[in-house]
Amino acid sequence: MLEILFFARLREQLGVGRLQVPYSDAVATLAGLQDHLIAEHGELWAQALQAENVLRAVNQDMAALDSALAAGDEVAFFPPVTGG
Amino acid sequence: MNDLKVSIQTQDFDVAQLQRELGSLDTTGAIASFTGLVRSNNADRQVAVMELEHYPGMTERSIEKIMAEASQRWQLQAIRVVHRVGALRPGEQIVYVGVASGHRGDAFAACEFVMDYLKTRAPFWKKELTSAGEHWVEERTSDQHSAQRWGASPK
Repeated sequence: MLEILFFARLREQLGVGRLQVPYSDAVATLAGLQDHLIAEHGELWAQALQAENVLRAVNQDMAALDSALAAGDEVAFFPPVTGG
Repeated sequence: MNDLKVSIQTQDFDVAQLQRELGSLDTTGAIASFTGLVRSNNADRQVAVMELEHYPGMTERSIEKIMAEASQRWQLQAIRVVHRVGALRPGEQIVYVGVASGHRGDAFAACEFVMDYLKTRAPFWKKELTSAGEHWVEERTSDQHSAQRWGASPK
């Protein structure tokens, strides 16, 4: 299983904060997982997840789209950070 | 070193108390600190409430990395970071960064460095509730520029 988290504006746009995706070869990279989520959920998700400023993390470290994923990984998608 | 602590919390914090904890060594010559407050106006909007969201776990880790990076770059004795989350009103304290060092130069520089990186790297998101409705605060390019002037960034 992969544990997927969404935060802030992205969570509100998609209407979900957390979901699980069964691990397979199709989702063995972050790009593969993103394509899978878009194929499952449609155009709204494509717009939200492919937005230029979206940030991604794997196991709580910032990650690029070509990052490899393993079963049990925690993956997060979120907008630019605005703390402080 | 390294006495590095981060706390993400809903409750308010006492700057004087944090300051006393930082200055507990008799070799400490300087404490530089920054306290951030919620402003009532942002880009001409009246802010009634500021809601702070974070990514539990990653937020703490990213601030720990920023503090570790600061303690590599400067001679420091201790760093404290406190960041509040949840619903805050104008005038309330939102963030504290305190740095103890033997001398002021290192303390000043490290304090500003930690704050600049926190604003651009740590996963927090602000939502403003205003008279004109609610909206997520957009990232500021001036914050990116402030962080970039320190050179290579902590991952």
